[in-house]
Amino acid sequence: MLEGWVIVGASFAYIGLLFAIAFYADRRADAGRSVIANPWIYSLSLAVYATAWTFYGSVGRAASDGVGFLPIYIGPTLMIVLWWLVVRKMIRIAKLNRTTSLADFVAARYGRSALIGGLVTVIAVIGILPYISLQLKAISTSFQILMEYPQIVMPAKAGALSVMQDTAFYVALFLAMFTIAFGTRQLDAAERHEGMVAAIAFESIVKLVAFLAVGVFVTFVMYDGPGDIFERAARRPDLAALMTPFGGAAGGYASWVWLTVLSMMAIMFLPRQFQVAVIENVDERHVKRAMWVFPLYMLAINLFVLPIAIGGLLHFPDNVDADTFVLTLPMARGNEALALLVFIGGLSAATGMVIVETIALSTMVCNDLVMPLVLRLRKYRLAERDLSTLLLDIRRAAIVAILMMGYFYYLLAGEAYALVSIGLISFSAVAQFGPVMIGGLYWKGATRAGALTGLTAGFLVWTYTLLLPAFAKSGWLGFGIEFLERGPFGIELLRPTQLFGLTGLDQITHAMIWSFIANVGLYIGVSVLGRQSAAEHAQATLFVDVYKQTGERGLQWRGTASASSLQTLLGRFQGPARAAELFSAYARERGLKSVEELEGDAELVRYAELQLAGTIGAASARAMVATVAQEDPLGIDEVMTILDEASQVIAYSHRLEDQQRELEAATSELKAANDRLKELDRMKDDFISTVTHELRTPLTSIRAFSEILHDNPDLDAAERQRFLGLVIKESERLTRLINQVLDLAKIESGLALWNTGELDLREIVVDAVNATSPLFRSKGVAIETAMPALVPAVVADRDRLTQVLLNLLSNAVKFCPAGTGRVQVRLAADIGGVLVEVRDNGPGISPEHQAMIFEKFRQVGDTLTQKPSGTGLGLSICRRIIGHFGGRLWVESAPGRGSVFSFVLPCPTAS
Amino acid sequence: MKRPGRRGTQLACLFLLGCLLFNFPMLALFNVPAKILGLPVLYAYVFTVWLLLIVLLAVVMERKD
Amino acid sequence: MSHRILIAEDEESIVASLEFLMRRSGFETRTAADGREALQCVADFHPDLVILDLMLPFKSGLEVCAEIRARPEWRETRVLMLTARGGANEEGLLAGADDYLSKPFATRELVARVRALLVLAPLRPEAGS
Repeated sequence: MLEGWVIVGASFAYIGLLFAIAFYADRRADAGRSVIANPWIYSLSLAVYATAWTFYGSVGRAASDGVGFLPIYIGPTLMIVLWWLVVRKMIRIAKLNRTTSLADFVAARYGRSALIGGLVTVIAVIGILPYISLQLKAISTSFQILMEYPQIVMPAKAGALSVMQDTAFYVALFLAMFTIAFGTRQLDAAERHEGMVAAIAFESIVKLVAFLAVGVFVTFVMYDGPGDIFERAARRPDLAALMTPFGGAAGGYASWVWLTVLSMMAIMFLPRQFQVAVIENVDERHVKRAMWVFPLYMLAINLFVLPIAIGGLLHFPDNVDADTFVLTLPMARGNEALALLVFIGGLSAATGMVIVETIALSTMVCNDLVMPLVLRLRKYRLAERDLSTLLLDIRRAAIVAILMMGYFYYLLAGEAYALVSIGLISFSAVAQFGPVMIGGLYWKGATRAGALTGLTAGFLVWTYTLLLPAFAKSGWLGFGIEFLERGPFGIELLRPTQLFGLTGLDQITHAMIWSFIANVGLYIGVSVLGRQSAAEHAQATLFVDVYKQTGERGLQWRGTASASSLQTLLGRFQGPARAAELFSAYARERGLKSVEELEGDAELVRYAELQLAGTIGAASARAMVATVAQEDPLGIDEVMTILDEASQVIAYSHRLEDQQRELEAATSELKAANDRLKELDRMKDDFISTVTHELRTPLTSIRAFSEILHDNPDLDAAERQRFLGLVIKESERLTRLINQVLDLAKIESGLALWNTGELDLREIVVDAVNATSPLFRSKGVAIETAMPALVPAVVADRDRLTQVLLNLLSNAVKFCPAGTGRVQVRLAADIGGVLVEVRDNGPGISPEHQAMIFEKFRQVGDTLTQKPSGTGLGLSICRRIIGHFGGRLWVESAPGRGSVFSFVLPCPTAS
Repeated sequence: MKRPGRRGTQLACLFLLGCLLFNFPMLALFNVPAKILGLPVLYAYVFTVWLLLIVLLAVVMERKD
Repeated sequence: MSHRILIAEDEESIVASLEFLMRRSGFETRTAADGREALQCVADFHPDLVILDLMLPFKSGLEVCAEIRARPEWRETRVLMLTARGGANEEGLLAGADDYLSKPFATRELVARVRALLVLAPLRPEAGS
């Protein structure tokens, strides 16, 4: 059943599934519903750490070293304990700087130095290429082994096959396609690759399931549980030795410790790990869960490594490579389905690593190696060109180039080393980033020169002690083995694998010791002896004190540039439409109407630089912005002062300024409030004195007549009656006045009771007209009403509204000429409410009096021959009643043309 | 500089504990050809300490602060 | 010949009470409801005394009083100011009023003051010159 087409078909089906998952996740991300925005997916994506090297190679290493393979997973477990402190800080910094890659991060820390970015990129590419080729080799080897089923035959040397027949070649092509499709979708690399992350998380599940399946199969099906396996192993001296791998020699422990340290570095600084842990991180809180889920994953995938290794050693004679036990054991037992599952699991482990690593490396190559060169070479000729397509092309080309280089490296060196050794060489390369990264996060004094020399030295020592011997052993170098054994020019002290006579250590430990001494020593030494430039110091403060930043960037550019030149610059890299979008978003944020209003101040320059950094990396962005922005020259001392001590003073004085501003604002508010209170006080005094006057008048009459009646008992009955009538009338007037004053006070103070309900205004008009009809008749004034059959209901208090209408009607009749007077009441639906009009043909009100009549105690009658009766509070109360229900009361009038008093009440159904 | 806080201190202690348990004198104690529950003691020790570390880590990280 | 009293007041009921009081005291009365009318009446009626309300339409009591004082031929005319405001009474006196009363007033006091003003009138120094 395991024919070629089945294996190839399954592989294609699997890769197709990956495409589908990535496509779906990207679609969801575009729709704003991210599938990767959860801590479980984040944890699983970290498991890209487990590559084909883990999947096949761990068993291989366990077969020779026992538990000696475990530091590669225990190191990350130890390191991850500190992630809440370290990686969270890196995520914070990366988000703030729109970091696109590890190289970008290091470059940004050390003064946005293009040189450091380039160096990191070179180290990463050289260090990681063998690791990528290792994955291709794993796929190719496992495919060839599976093809031979039911025989178990170790594959021929990779070079023996032509490229066209080689699985690894096609795998490399497919991975290039996948990576281009999901890795270069957006230009802004700081935006995450959601589809890729989702696919990687899925791959992590597949490889874990496959490995656990084969583990259970070997342990419990082929053998009778772990007890049985270890019992059998104990009976064979060569296998029993695996149980106590340290063997008493100090070298065993040193190698264990250094492997642990190496892996601690690798879990943070392998480009793919930095990519998934920092760049692709959606929410820094996800780190919390990943900190225990990911170690648990590593524990699970390693649980069966030793049983499988021993099982394999027990089962096969010497002719089967231990690196292939995972696959060959199920094959040996004829379990085809499991063998296929294992193959797919290995495929997933390899592809996951290759995809993420390629994206990370291609971004570095593009942003930190190619772009700075392109910009330097063509800086002046690029002025009018749109670079956005060029950027994407560079990135795609870098992906293809990296994969092809990985493939050819595999063709050349594929057979030289076992899987584990190649992986460790890569680990040692990226471990060189450890000092400059960790130091950069916590030590402000670390300088660009220190980082540059430390990295260079560490890398050179690594090349000399690990890479060179590896090449020499492969026979690629003219001088070959004797160079290793005697040293260059016969100087034994300089032998690459026993540098300065250091012996008794394995190669990796040896290389790690020397490269770290060189790297850390020079990094610290040069930093301490040298001085930082202003820009470096600014960046160092930014990184180390990232938690102090509240998203607001420190003063970066003191210079300025015109907004349009910045937009043009951004447009060249991201396309003019995207640049226009970004700039108008920025303008909107600042409350400006258009981009034209933007000023090219330092803040805008910084914004443009950050946007650019997301596309071409920090160092290149700096260089590009420098071409259009004029940075004011700044002395180092000046900047040091500003950034160091003065930054606190500035912050403090900012706070003081703020406080002063607040104080001033509060003072002017208080003053306004005070003025208002004074005004209210004056109004109250006026009101009281007016009320007093209005009260005294009726009181005068009442007292006078009472005394007259009292002092003149001889008055005739008619006169007595007339006087008593006047006393009663004035008492009523007094009562009315007191009531209205109280009424107004209640309304104004908000203590009035309102019986609010839905009302038909027509009923109220009819009631009011009926109630005032005697008044109209007695003065000979005609009244007419015009009402539609149906008006919308209003929400108001019936008695209060009746009060308003009575008031308006009695006012109207009061001012109408006797006999010829005419009052019209009109009711109509209005926009959003109901309109009521009371029109009279009285003398009218001059414009200057129109506002006055609504004031308390203002009676326009003052100017007339006749003083009108009434308290002068009626209209004032009416206006407040209508206002209370959300309506409006006003007058339209001209002298000699009568007056129209109107009010509108909103009705809920209309709106 | 910002103080690391309670969780930070706990994590630092856990890190030191891990470094201690996965290192020379401790490992040497278990580097003997004996078995416990049918498993080689070194193998059992490493995986037990590993699991313990993960459980402690989960407790520290998942506890509401 | 009985004294002539002009009552310048816009509140009808107060006018009615004052009219009754003055007539009862044996004076001849005339009424005016606003400031202009009041001045007209002073010219036509030649009152010996004007009971003048401070707040009158068209022309306030103060203005009326000032105009009366400004005319030499009316120098003899006594002015009794009525005010409904508490307090600010001296302005009435400054404007040339002979006396003032706050509303509400005691009727007996009013009658007594009117009588006193009329009796004292000839003693005024200006009257002789």
